[in-house]
Amino acid sequence: MNHLNTLSTNRALNWFRFSSPSTFYPVAGKMIPWFWALSIIFGVAGLWVSFFVAPVDAVQGQGYRIIFIHVPTSWMSMFIYLVMAAWAGLGLIFNTRLSAMMAQALAPIGAWMAFLSLWTGAFWGKPMWGAWWVWDARLTSELILLFLYLGFIALQASIDNARRADKAGAILALVGVVNVPIIYFSVKWWNTLHQGASVSLTKAPAMAQTMLWGMLLMALCLWMYSIAVGLMRVRAIILEREAHTDWVRQLNEVKN
Amino acid sequence: MWNSPAEFFAMGGYALYVWSSFGVCVLVLVLEPLAVRARFKAIVRRLKREVLAEHFDNEGSK
Amino acid sequence: MSALLTIIRRDLLLVMRRKSEVLTALFFFVIVTSLFPLGIGADSALLRKIAPGVLWVAALLSTLLGLQRMFAADYIDGTLEQLALSPKPLVLLVIGKIIAHWLVCGLPLVILAPVIGLQFDLDISSLKVLMLALLLGTPILSLLGSIGAALTLGVRGGSVLMSLLILPLYIPVLIFGAGAVYANSVGLDVTGHFSLLGALFILALAFVPWVSTAAVKIAIE
Repeated sequence: MNHLNTLSTNRALNWFRFSSPSTFYPVAGKMIPWFWALSIIFGVAGLWVSFFVAPVDAVQGQGYRIIFIHVPTSWMSMFIYLVMAAWAGLGLIFNTRLSAMMAQALAPIGAWMAFLSLWTGAFWGKPMWGAWWVWDARLTSELILLFLYLGFIALQASIDNARRADKAGAILALVGVVNVPIIYFSVKWWNTLHQGASVSLTKAPAMAQTMLWGMLLMALCLWMYSIAVGLMRVRAIILEREAHTDWVRQLNEVKN
Repeated sequence: MWNSPAEFFAMGGYALYVWSSFGVCVLVLVLEPLAVRARFKAIVRRLKREVLAEHFDNEGSK
Repeated sequence: MSALLTIIRRDLLLVMRRKSEVLTALFFFVIVTSLFPLGIGADSALLRKIAPGVLWVAALLSTLLGLQRMFAADYIDGTLEQLALSPKPLVLLVIGKIIAHWLVCGLPLVILAPVIGLQFDLDISSLKVLMLALLLGTPILSLLGSIGAALTLGVRGGSVLMSLLILPLYIPVLIFGAGAVYANSVGLDVTGHFSLLGALFILALAFVPWVSTAAVKIAIE
């Protein structure tokens, strides 16, 4: 067993060392506070830029500031879906439980990001375009992305056998990842067919440098947050699924 | 940029929309980690009980 | 090839013994489409406008009803396992089941839809476009649906879950299929819609059977 961990001087192969829940669990625990710190730093910086540096918009007044939370949540919802599918795919290819657990840990975070994107989009749309919901291509695709997340979570929740749930979820996530561009394209086309180019929630004010910085900082904040919460959740999942193992029984938090 | 705190909270008339957006985001971003913490504590509590039970089991059968 | 035909013949035979299962899905299509005028009003201009969407959504839903039969019965009595163990590649057998499903659930829709379309006062050319679009689209629905059916085999509440999983994937087919009929009814060109439907069909045919086979293997292992 030892020779697997010291398999080679090749750094790439050594990554498999962390694909074991028992080695990853403490490492994740140590990383979490750092990511929280980074998230808070970026968050404070981002909010500062959003509210105290970025100038008022000529057309949309102060209301446009919602963009500083709407766009980052949209980016994150899509990014997390890709990462989740990647982890699930890795789990399928290499048959590593931990990869599948990572995908499971990320799914709720991505779903919440999609929800927040829709919520902030609605609250941005109402004052600007007079409607809580518009069938704008991006909002509609975001809604479908939320459905994809919910489907993934529901599928894993309803299959009792953990390994079967991992693999089935992986297939669903990969099918979803392939479909997201197709769905986005078809919705975009549908949008122009039925509404013309009239309403576009994405017609953000012309990007001043500061505005871009604000969005970037908020996006980084959410990224660090997602990693932190993802690691927290995966540790809980590891404990739940590896409850029967010796190393879990030997943990300090469990041994009293 | 802001002449007074009141102006800041008013957000040029868009207060409802801006603060609802940021507010719900903050709510979710705070509640989610709390929920994960609760889940973690629950599993640790369950494991502690099981370890204790095994311990007593072993003691009893000696 | 003969394995493929055998599976298709077997599934069709099983369906013929239980005709009610299939007929109920078709009746569902008829009833659901009738509900919309009852709910919205009989204004023929309005009905003509909503007809493409309503007919396509009803087609999606009745395809979903039929999908539950694709693998479930064989899974429960162990036949699926035996099929997986057979020397023939499982992909072939899965393709056979998909074809059988389409013959039983998709093709009747293609034939029924123009009749229902008359209820919505669609003109002849739109009815033709509707038939062709469904002819191209329903195989895609059967293909994509097989993924959901395979993933949710033997799962509690599997049928509802399957709908939740598959409907997002159906959305592009819905958009291009209904869009073709709508475009035709307002005099626009439909070749774009049909080329995209065709592209989706080829993509689905090329990849989905292998994905569904993998999902079936996961379910029975």
